[in-house]
Amino acid sequence: MKKWKKFATAALAAMVCASVMAGCGGKKEEAKSNEIKIGASFELTGNVANYGKAILSGAKMAFDEANAKGGVLGKKIVVIESDNKSEPSESGNSITKLVTQDKVVAIVGPATSGCVAAGSPITEANKIPHIAPSGTAPGLTVDNNGKVKPFMFRACFIDPFQGQVMAHFASNTLKVKNVAILMDSSSDYSKGLAQVFQATLEKAGGKIVTKEAFLSKDLDFKASLTKIKATNPEAVYVPGYYEEVSKIIKQAREIGLNVPMMGCDGWESPKLAEIAGKDALNNCYYVSAFSAQDTDPSVQAFIKAYKEKYQKDPDIFAMQGYNAGLVVVDSIKRAGSTDGTAIAKAMAATKDLPVASGKLTYDANHNPIISALIISLDGGVPSLKEKISL
Amino acid sequence: MDNFLQQFCQQLINGISLGSIYALIALGYTMIYGIIKLINFAHGDIYMIGAYFGFFATTQLGVGFIPAIIIAMAGAAIVGIIIERIAYRPMRNAPRIAILITAIGVSFFLEYGMILLVSPQPRTFPAVFSPTVYHMGPLVANSQQLVILISALILMVTLSYIVNSTKAGKAMRAVSFDADAARLMGINIDKVISMTFALGSALAAAGGVLVGVYYNSIDPLMGMMPGLKAFVAAVLGGIGIIPGAMMGGIILGVVEAMVSGFLSSTFRDAAAFGILILILLYKPAGLLGKNVREKV
Repeated sequence: MKKWKKFATAALAAMVCASVMAGCGGKKEEAKSNEIKIGASFELTGNVANYGKAILSGAKMAFDEANAKGGVLGKKIVVIESDNKSEPSESGNSITKLVTQDKVVAIVGPATSGCVAAGSPITEANKIPHIAPSGTAPGLTVDNNGKVKPFMFRACFIDPFQGQVMAHFASNTLKVKNVAILMDSSSDYSKGLAQVFQATLEKAGGKIVTKEAFLSKDLDFKASLTKIKATNPEAVYVPGYYEEVSKIIKQAREIGLNVPMMGCDGWESPKLAEIAGKDALNNCYYVSAFSAQDTDPSVQAFIKAYKEKYQKDPDIFAMQGYNAGLVVVDSIKRAGSTDGTAIAKAMAATKDLPVASGKLTYDANHNPIISALIISLDGGVPSLKEKISL
Repeated sequence: MDNFLQQFCQQLINGISLGSIYALIALGYTMIYGIIKLINFAHGDIYMIGAYFGFFATTQLGVGFIPAIIIAMAGAAIVGIIIERIAYRPMRNAPRIAILITAIGVSFFLEYGMILLVSPQPRTFPAVFSPTVYHMGPLVANSQQLVILISALILMVTLSYIVNSTKAGKAMRAVSFDADAARLMGINIDKVISMTFALGSALAAAGGVLVGVYYNSIDPLMGMMPGLKAFVAAVLGGIGIIPGAMMGGIILGVVEAMVSGFLSSTFRDAAAFGILILILLYKPAGLLGKNVREKV
């Protein structure tokens, strides 16, 4: 038995050596081949499959466009899809397979921060550039010591950025000073936004008059709202998801709290108007990265191209996928090679790259500096209010 | 009116309307406990099932508010009878802990079964009547809050009448007092217990529909927290005692509103469950409960 174990270990070691060498050899082979393989690991089934599919459609569009223009470095981009079933554990497997078996040069995906975090150590260890189109958790691109991960990037703005944008909007456009916060104390997303919002607003001379909290799944917010109303705020900031926010706005209007309500991208859902009722959704503002009403030519060009290709309207996820695809194509071009380290270096140096939502530049922590949109709701109808770049 | 008093009155209104919902669910809890000494943890999920019956009645059949509540109550009553028949009756002579665990199992079965059937997405309850907002000086209340409170009162009075003044109610009290003796007197215990479940479930369903109308949205896990809170309400008023459940529900709702309004909303649930602990420590029979020695 022991002998067998020893043999197995030796065999395994040999295999590892062989695969490492094969890896070296593979690169030479790849130089000969006419394809550049990009791995796309997404939530194609499971509970957030809608996000994954939309992002993949956008990313594929970016790669198809590059191929139509003659490819990258004279080669054709081939997208290798892999499903992570919306589970972080499967995400690790899926990315491992793409990196070690398919030998992709870069990974795009997955959609949710949890699945990205599960795959990130694998791409870091294998020196494969990895771009998360919609993972907003601030910690994704940095390690536990706060040092930036050299191969990890994202294509969307991070949560704290939204809080900053809303605070700027509150003090510069709405010109309010005394703001109340009603946050979801069971969600890191909500608490993080509230914290950044407060810091930014106070720096701009504003004041948080009261800070109340609720738990996700709560139904009744009248007690907290009554308390908020008594402090006479000029506006209320409600970072949260549409399920609770819709009820909060409805109940706020019912008790006669009619000041502006401000929020985040968690508000974005047709359910918001359904549950809150159209009459309650006035004087409400939230942050988003995408609006079909954006008159920016690059956004309109993207919407038109997407409609032609897929016969449906793109959403924010499709746009983020498209942006991620553009970043990858551009980085490979500028790197002039398919070597992971070279691509990652080029990616980090991305500056003013024209993407669907404007121009994209990476900051030191591999978070893109892109503009955010303030969407206003009037009678439940969303419309683009303002474009903010910080 | 000075500011504090105004706040206090508004929070009282908020609390009573929230409390009436707890009371409606607590009524069913307390009845079932009174008859077969079972904490029916699936009761909050019956409330959810009732809300879905109401939802499908209004959206698919297009009926109004009152017929929707009646359909939901009837549907949930049948579900309650089936659950009792399949899950609890075979366990009737099993140790109490076994039947309690069965109840938790039934609760999970209903929650995740519904997720499978109707998807976990919240549904928007159609507005079956448009709310009128009443302003009384600086205070605000709306017609939905009144409807909830009045429905809860009507259902409680009806229930008290059934239990205290009808033959079926007499049978229920007899079974609750001593099941074996009741059987010897020729009372069909199985039938009485089925009826108790039907009544309790119907009340929960009414609560579910009212909540759906009031908050506009329902989802398969909506029964979890209200179920627990209603349990606290039932214990607070004295489990097994019908007016106690009503009182417990209202007190709990008001305490929650006051804690959110004058202390901090983060302490709200802690206060609710803190009450449960205090009651169990100092007055385990509940506010309206008499200290009777347990029959062995």
